[in-house]
Amino acid sequence: MKYVDEFRDPRLIKNVAREIARHADPDRHYRIMEVCGGHTHAIYRHGLKDLLPENVELIHGPGCPVCVLPMGRVDDGLAIAEQPGVILTAFGDMMRVPGTRGTPLELKARGVDIRMVYSPLDALRIAQTTPEKHVVFFAIGFETTAPSTALTLARAKALGVRNFSVFSNHVTIVPAIRAILDSPDMRLDAFVGPGHVSTVTGCRPYEFVARDYGKPVVISGFEPLDILESILMILRQLRDGEARVENQYRRIVPWEGNLPALRAIAEAFELRPYFEWRGLGFISQSALKVSAAYAAWDSEVQFEVPGVRVTDPKAAQCGEVLKGVLKPPQCKLFGKECNPEHPIGALMVSSEGACAAYYRYVHLGEPVTV
Amino acid sequence: METIERELPRVRFGDAQIEMAHGAGGKASRRLIEGLFVPLLANPILETLSDSAVTELNGSRLATTADAYVVKPLRFPGGSIGELAVNGTVNDLAVSGARPLGLMAAFIIEAGLAGETLRAEVEAMADAARRANVSIVGGDTKVVEHGCADGMYVATFGFGLVDPRARLSPNAVREGDRVLLSGPIGDHGITILLARGELDLEADLVSDTRSVAPFAQALLDAAGSDLRWMRDPTRGGVATALNELVHATEFGITLFEEAIPLRDEVRGACEILGLDPLHIANEGQLIAVVAPGAADAALAAMRAVPGGDGAVCIGEVRSKPARAVIATTSYGGSRIVDMLVGDPLPRIC
Repeated sequence: MKYVDEFRDPRLIKNVAREIARHADPDRHYRIMEVCGGHTHAIYRHGLKDLLPENVELIHGPGCPVCVLPMGRVDDGLAIAEQPGVILTAFGDMMRVPGTRGTPLELKARGVDIRMVYSPLDALRIAQTTPEKHVVFFAIGFETTAPSTALTLARAKALGVRNFSVFSNHVTIVPAIRAILDSPDMRLDAFVGPGHVSTVTGCRPYEFVARDYGKPVVISGFEPLDILESILMILRQLRDGEARVENQYRRIVPWEGNLPALRAIAEAFELRPYFEWRGLGFISQSALKVSAAYAAWDSEVQFEVPGVRVTDPKAAQCGEVLKGVLKPPQCKLFGKECNPEHPIGALMVSSEGACAAYYRYVHLGEPVTV
Repeated sequence: METIERELPRVRFGDAQIEMAHGAGGKASRRLIEGLFVPLLANPILETLSDSAVTELNGSRLATTADAYVVKPLRFPGGSIGELAVNGTVNDLAVSGARPLGLMAAFIIEAGLAGETLRAEVEAMADAARRANVSIVGGDTKVVEHGCADGMYVATFGFGLVDPRARLSPNAVREGDRVLLSGPIGDHGITILLARGELDLEADLVSDTRSVAPFAQALLDAAGSDLRWMRDPTRGGVATALNELVHATEFGITLFEEAIPLRDEVRGACEILGLDPLHIANEGQLIAVVAPGAADAALAAMRAVPGGDGAVCIGEVRSKPARAVIATTSYGGSRIVDMLVGDPLPRIC
């Protein structure tokens, strides 16, 4: 398959793995955070840890939209779903995310009209074909998914579809990276930068990481070869004492980003003063609300939203895992009370969450020989 | 008749309500079956939890199986609910080492279903039964109110005689045994997912629904008692079937990721949707565990079956890691292949 097989070529992968081993200083311990959940998933899916030297450690960052969504927002969304005449639509990722009274899937099983969609445009289509109902799209995601929500809002306005609104939980990645860098227990050496987010934002927004914090950032693709090459590029920078933003994912990510997509976001959304991130707490200017120009399509304007706040169970150490202070199995709840079927902490929810990926993919026993 | 003193059954199933996941064939299904059905209905035949219940009868081994079909849409590229019902039931018998003899079918039909639709499904069942060389010898019909049954549901019962050479059990599995697969995986599950029309994806793909009895027969002929275990990996896919096997043994299974046959369309859909093909349902594939000495002959026999040219060895039984299925890649990566959790849901980012 084009664009996949080339990047899983065993010969090339082994070459890069050898180069990584050659570049890694045995007297040094490297802690590299992959920001994006898609990278976390790929790292486990392809068993890439097996290809890295012991002293190159990957820390799994906050870039999993459903993982960082606070439970209270799930409750709010489900409260909207339970209002008469409402159809709640959401991505598949959202369907298993627990609120305090259950997941969207569980509420659906109790008869609440919740439907999975693959695109916000599908939600708009449901609104057009079901004029007697109000269709709410439970929007989640970073800059990757925000443009498609923005374009859907624009289309709803242009077509005059009034029985459609967006419950926006879109977040932006840069403030979260800054929050991690400012955290007192931060001990990272470098970042594997987000791939899909950067197709929209471009590479410039990460320049402060290199400039102000002295940490290399390499924007990376999602195939095994991409991720390993990005790690190699990071090790080269660290060896040479440099800190720059580099773009490994040049076949997709333009340095300046996608300007029409950024314009669409700016038109349909405005920054919230602050927003709660599960595991990280409140981060200022880190999330998007539907803009005033689209108030008629903003679920938070159209419905009474309870504004629930739920604190995570104290025993769950999601924040420490997110910041790389703890590894998933070092959390007291890991694999016991908290598992993919019954997630307690945020990171166990989606297969992109560090804990769920670790639980699912890391082999329990001794190293395997083929 | 002998009576056996048994401990009082302990029901461990405490889930507050039934979710779709309880029917998806993965972990929740297992919890329901082992936590509720098995303890309350406790008996030694049920407790084997195999595809068919095997009863000794006048020196023969009688295999019986029951199944229910609730597919939406009723017709999909490559098959339909009627064809699926016959093939699925035949397959449960076949992987138990039994030659299917007869089936029964109960129809739960929604008022308002077009007569033509029902006729088409019964014709599909007749065709599939003819191809599998079984008779449908009885059944039942119920009609429920409009809106209650997605058109129609079919429940089946099947019976057959176990081949005297068959010695199939997880207990027969040994370290070094080979894991064989009859052909590409995921065709059925992805076809159904796309046929529902909820995802804006199209692919030139048809369900793999077929009888796997010819494969089972060929394996018995080629490997005899060196054939350890068979399964048709339906809901929950190859990953769930193999996890169920290793949980019943002291061993683990190592899969060779690149050896697992996959059509480009299935691979593409799985890459786009973030699904693992090992979790996707099949309706016409068979996995077999065979002693290493008999593996080449068994594979050759599978390939000689019409439609079996895609048969391959996808892995082997190893002592470590015990009770786990792992997949290794040719570049040296490895990962755990867990059972399906919940329903497979597409991911976005």
